[in-house]
Amino acid sequence: MASIRFDNIGKSFGETEVIKNLNFSVNDGEFMVFVGPSGCGKSTVLRMIAGLETISYGELWIGDRVVNNVHPKDRDIAMVFQSYALYPHMNVYDNIAFGLKIRKLPNAEILKRVKDAAELLGLDKLLDRKPKALSGGQRQRVALGRAIVRNPSVFLFDEPLSNLDAELRVQMRAEISKLQRRLNTTTVYVTHDQVEAMTMGQRIAVLRPCTENPLDTNLMQCGSPMDLYDRPDNIFVARFIGTPRMNVLPARLSDDGSEVELFGGRMPVSAQFKEAALAMRGREVMLGIRPEHIGADHEVDWKQTQPLQGQVEMVELLGHEAILHFKVGEHVLTGRLHSHGSLPASGDTISMQLKCEAIHLFDKVTEKRLR
Amino acid sequence: MADIKTKNHVWLHVALISFTVLAIYPVLWVLALSFSGQQSVGLIDLPKDPSFLERFRGILPMPAHWSIKNFTEVWTDQDFGRWMWNSVVVSLMTTALGVFLACTAAYAFSRFRFPGRNTGMLMFLISQMFPGTLMLIPLFIIIVKWLELGNTYVGLVIVYATTAIPFCVWMLKGYFDTIPYDIEESALIDGASRLTIFWRIILPLAKPAIAITALFSFMTAWNEFILASIFMESELNYTAPVGLRFFVGGFSSQWGYFAAGSVIVSLPVVALFLQLQKYLISGLTAGSVK
Repeated sequence: MASIRFDNIGKSFGETEVIKNLNFSVNDGEFMVFVGPSGCGKSTVLRMIAGLETISYGELWIGDRVVNNVHPKDRDIAMVFQSYALYPHMNVYDNIAFGLKIRKLPNAEILKRVKDAAELLGLDKLLDRKPKALSGGQRQRVALGRAIVRNPSVFLFDEPLSNLDAELRVQMRAEISKLQRRLNTTTVYVTHDQVEAMTMGQRIAVLRPCTENPLDTNLMQCGSPMDLYDRPDNIFVARFIGTPRMNVLPARLSDDGSEVELFGGRMPVSAQFKEAALAMRGREVMLGIRPEHIGADHEVDWKQTQPLQGQVEMVELLGHEAILHFKVGEHVLTGRLHSHGSLPASGDTISMQLKCEAIHLFDKVTEKRLR
Repeated sequence: MADIKTKNHVWLHVALISFTVLAIYPVLWVLALSFSGQQSVGLIDLPKDPSFLERFRGILPMPAHWSIKNFTEVWTDQDFGRWMWNSVVVSLMTTALGVFLACTAAYAFSRFRFPGRNTGMLMFLISQMFPGTLMLIPLFIIIVKWLELGNTYVGLVIVYATTAIPFCVWMLKGYFDTIPYDIEESALIDGASRLTIFWRIILPLAKPAIAITALFSFMTAWNEFILASIFMESELNYTAPVGLRFFVGGFSSQWGYFAAGSVIVSLPVVALFLQLQKYLISGLTAGSVK
């Protein structure tokens, strides 16, 4: 097992800089998820850990050594690819055993390890099959088997579930989490799916494509799932984590900094923002509020609320609840309704309540959380 | 509707059958000639004033008498066995050298980025645009005058390999490009070296392309006449095609031997096709990714 540390790492492809000033670490035995939209560099970061991409500047530590120039095979890592990347001409046994054979382990040891891994993953009856005779989920398991059989100090997963159907994805999600807890191996998992990130990661690193600013970095925030959800560091994370996305609206702090003005109404600034709001008093800010904190008048009993009058644009029925898109002035907001009441139709006027303690405040220019 | 269909089919079949006959008639003629046991190019002796039926019989690819005399004599009385052996050696050496160099070169062209990569591929392509005979004189000077490899297997093998390799490299590079790079990266992480990946992952996966390449290299050497006739001066070193020409060139016209020899020469190629066709299947990489 090993920790991983990024020490001011950057990566350019020709003139294009894709990773900038990356600083953070993955603890020993931790399950870390990299999440972000396409092109944010999350796969590049993973491939840098694997040694499949060179590092343009900075130092990458795995355990107690710098691995910038260490060959992938000597990094003691295992990687599961999005495409599974199984060896099509070998059967399941040989696929799993390949890495061990290359490392010239005794045959008896190889047999034992492959059998153990196959049993753990429910592949013991499929060892003679070629990859083309396996289902997507089984192939994914073989790829997992190939990774765990070597007993590496770090697991790397590059969007391993994106080729599976929804049901299988949920099942494999649980299996991978369970496997990681059992083996307690440091794991870095890349996904663009924030639900996967939230459900699997002990900590999540949210990345986004870097800008031209030389001081910029791809890393938007790194923390536990609930940290990211409850205390997003910036508007990017606030909107990226959580479905449906957080509503972000322009607002203004009152002249004494104790209240926020939104759509002509006023609501008190919650305790966590008191100090920051005082410093920014009278200024324009961005206000974030999650859809579950906007509810219909008759459905919520929050202590402090701000009424919102709007016109219904669309209702998305999800079964246990309904997502309501409604327009207030020029802004479209998303709220949540119980699905079993009478649902409004498009064009209806609706009055909703906003939960005052649940608001997040961000700087309008830097887009960072007020603190 | 059915009528229109049938009518169309009739003409389609007439056209297709005509072309089929056109294609196989010469082959049948050679076969008939080889089994006729005689040396003249005609299969039967026509009377002075032949009737229509006799003329028709004359063009049928059917010998008057069946005999394997031509086959036995071509082996026993002539040097044909020796020439076949020369062809086998030269062709197998060309195939081995050609496939080995083409595989390694194509892999490098497919996977590595190096200065001169595109130019190299382009040069290979350009070299294919000129007929082989154009290179005859320079090749003769290099191989015979400079390297003094005239009249040797090695000299001919080098010449054949240089003409076969460009096509083989293009062919193999195209195939290597279709093998997902993920597989190699996965092997890299599994601890395999580049060479191990090449031998244990890439080559087994490229079997269909290698089979075609091998076949092409083999046939390049097996069927070639002009270069072999220039480089192999001594009769003992003739390859089979040059030897065949020996039967009907100049003052001799032993068409029976020529035909029997041709049939024997084509047998290894047929065998090779049958042997390699099991590799000529697509989808060998199915199931690896996605």
